[in-house]
Amino acid sequence: MPTRLQREAKPDSLLVNMGPSHPAMHGAVRIMLELDGERILNSELELGYLHRGFEKLCENRTFFNLLIYTDRLNYVSPLINNLGYVMTVEKMLGLEVPERAQYIRVLMSELSRISDHLTCLAAMAMECGAFTVFLYKMKAREFIWDVIEATTGARMTTSYIRVGGVRADLHPDYRSSVQKAVLETRKVLKDVHGLLDKNKIFLNRTRDIGVMTPENALDWGWTGPALRSTGIAYDVRRAFPYLVYDRLKFDIPTGERGDNYDRYMVRMKEMEQSLRIVEQCLERLPKSSRPLAAGEIDPAEAIQAGRSQKPKEKIRISPNLEGAEKEVNKDILTAEGGCVIPPKEDTYTTIEGLISHFKFFMKGHGIRPPKGEAYFSVEGGNGELGYYIVSDGSDKPYRLHLRAPCLHLLAALEELIKGRYVADVIPTFGSLNIILGELDR
Amino acid sequence: MEEKTILDDLRKTFPEKILETSAFFGDTAIVIVKDGLLDIVHFLRKKPYEFNMLLDLTCVDYQGRSPRFEMVYHVFALAAKRRLRIKLSLPDDRPSVDSLAPVWKNANWLEREVYDMFGIRFEGHPDLRRLFMYDGFEGHPLRKDYPLRKRQPLILLRK
Amino acid sequence: MGLKDMTGNFIYTKFNYVLGWARKFSLFHYPYVTACCGMEYMSTACAHFDIDRFGAGWTRFSPRQSDLLLVVGTICQKQAPVLKTVYDQMTEPKWVIAFGACAVSGGIYDNYAVVQGVDQIIPVDVYVPGCPPRPETVLDGLIKLQEKIQKQDQDWRWKKRRS
Repeated sequence: MPTRLQREAKPDSLLVNMGPSHPAMHGAVRIMLELDGERILNSELELGYLHRGFEKLCENRTFFNLLIYTDRLNYVSPLINNLGYVMTVEKMLGLEVPERAQYIRVLMSELSRISDHLTCLAAMAMECGAFTVFLYKMKAREFIWDVIEATTGARMTTSYIRVGGVRADLHPDYRSSVQKAVLETRKVLKDVHGLLDKNKIFLNRTRDIGVMTPENALDWGWTGPALRSTGIAYDVRRAFPYLVYDRLKFDIPTGERGDNYDRYMVRMKEMEQSLRIVEQCLERLPKSSRPLAAGEIDPAEAIQAGRSQKPKEKIRISPNLEGAEKEVNKDILTAEGGCVIPPKEDTYTTIEGLISHFKFFMKGHGIRPPKGEAYFSVEGGNGELGYYIVSDGSDKPYRLHLRAPCLHLLAALEELIKGRYVADVIPTFGSLNIILGELDR
Repeated sequence: MEEKTILDDLRKTFPEKILETSAFFGDTAIVIVKDGLLDIVHFLRKKPYEFNMLLDLTCVDYQGRSPRFEMVYHVFALAAKRRLRIKLSLPDDRPSVDSLAPVWKNANWLEREVYDMFGIRFEGHPDLRRLFMYDGFEGHPLRKDYPLRKRQPLILLRK
Repeated sequence: MGLKDMTGNFIYTKFNYVLGWARKFSLFHYPYVTACCGMEYMSTACAHFDIDRFGAGWTRFSPRQSDLLLVVGTICQKQAPVLKTVYDQMTEPKWVIAFGACAVSGGIYDNYAVVQGVDQIIPVDVYVPGCPPRPETVLDGLIKLQEKIQKQDQDWRWKKRRS
């Protein structure tokens, strides 16, 4: 069946496919171009090459189980998707999250946001030819992922932010590793500013290309760094403050012209603001109930010492999943019994703990929001990431819909590249930060 | 401009079109009659309400209930930072509704997605065809009567 | 005495060994990246977990110039014909690594839209599990593939080896 472009194209123009498996297409988007020489007369986008049926799957999984699917949506900033979903469910349940958990959530989501912007700009720069920038930013991203891995257990798809709080407390050495990550990221940002900001080649490829006016951007439903680059300072963290963002000081950088260069600049400045938020979180984090152990005991030593009849000192190894011990439980998870897993000390030793653990996971029980619907949005790496959940009182959502910011950004691409050269498609596409997991769901 | 005033104004201007208003979990929602959609949307876009952004457009399939489908629109007023949810119901038999593509540009792709997933036709849409699924796919996946694991492979699979 | 009788011959086996050694340490890979595993692929290819020290550093963005197809990420039903076309365009000898749980078996997505494993479309040599696999796991898979390449009967005559 001929596509719309094939039907409408002039008979003597060239049709070129930037196909579904293209190194610069961030995965699998197909752009069909109608060319006259190098100029683009018309274009058409085809999506759906990563449609994984997220919304249909969610209707068949319980509220707790579908958390893992939310990680894989915007896979460069997975903690923010977790956060959006969890806060929608908490809105329906009316849960109050402890303060330390809120600060930890903010810290983790800002680290994810930095990693998102680093990846986006690294890919955009690499596609324009600046391979060094890509390597530098990946190096900085590794330090951030080290921090996330030490606390959550996984580098990328963490499923760390749970309904009612977070899964585990920060690991004992978090302060030094977060400071190292912040330091390395600042160094890399300084280097990249020096490499790209006034670079003639980069300016030629990004200045005044892919220009979007503010009114047009609102018409297209743009949000996030792309909207802020046109001059409108709309940020969900300021407009509808959630968690502890109203207590933290950060600026909202905006651009002027709405072209590719402004989108690049806005993202670089936002990373600096996110680093500021991370440092403020480190200062203001409420104290943990458990004094953090300075050194860790080797598990083999602990087992050996436990075998002797009278161990000389108390064995300081965690009886639970590390970070989720009973004393810290009240810092990281809400007190509402029905919505969170009880600590393992209770599950394995008391009958009430066992029953509540069992009932949480059994079919038909567990997290059951009341009947109704709710919409909640958080500031994702690309804009307003919204979740619309309809619940019918059972343990599975009746309908879960994701408001994907990428869809609105990409819908405007056909308009942005019309009349430009083929080579302009690459930085325009790269600066919009299209993440297919979110776009195609 | 308070939410209450907006709802009152709406009820005064379109008395027969608004069926009910609700405030679940703090979100304001209005349920309207199908043919009132374009009038209400144009009314909300004007001053002083200025709902100038369409955030989202989706559909819910209440199988077993008549009318079966419910379209849900989220609109947003940037200056006043206010959101509003508009809902309308569609019957099972040949569901169709006016398209918002002439009003907001992003409605184009959002409506194509709803057509792809649910099979709802939009009148006035410039180019209504599937967005995610491929040509040759039969059925509309997000409807409740489409089984989760029913695969329609495009090429001959080895196993 | 044809070429077939030479199998087991000292020169033949040594030549085989040298060819295997050359092929395994100069793999040009084509990263067929679709989804989240792409991020771990980028990490594997970059400075911290360098894939270049194993000889597989150069990414060739054209199937005709590469000999290792890295299927990274979920393959959907819509994407399957494209993958088959890309695989068919590759020249012999060619190997395939299925990177990530979704490429190995469909992963956590068991529904209407996802192919349950890339081996339903193309033959796979090494399966690297993980969601996403750690870069060390990927490098381990690459080393296993290199062992496989070393041991296999090198195909230095023009002949279709597998379908």
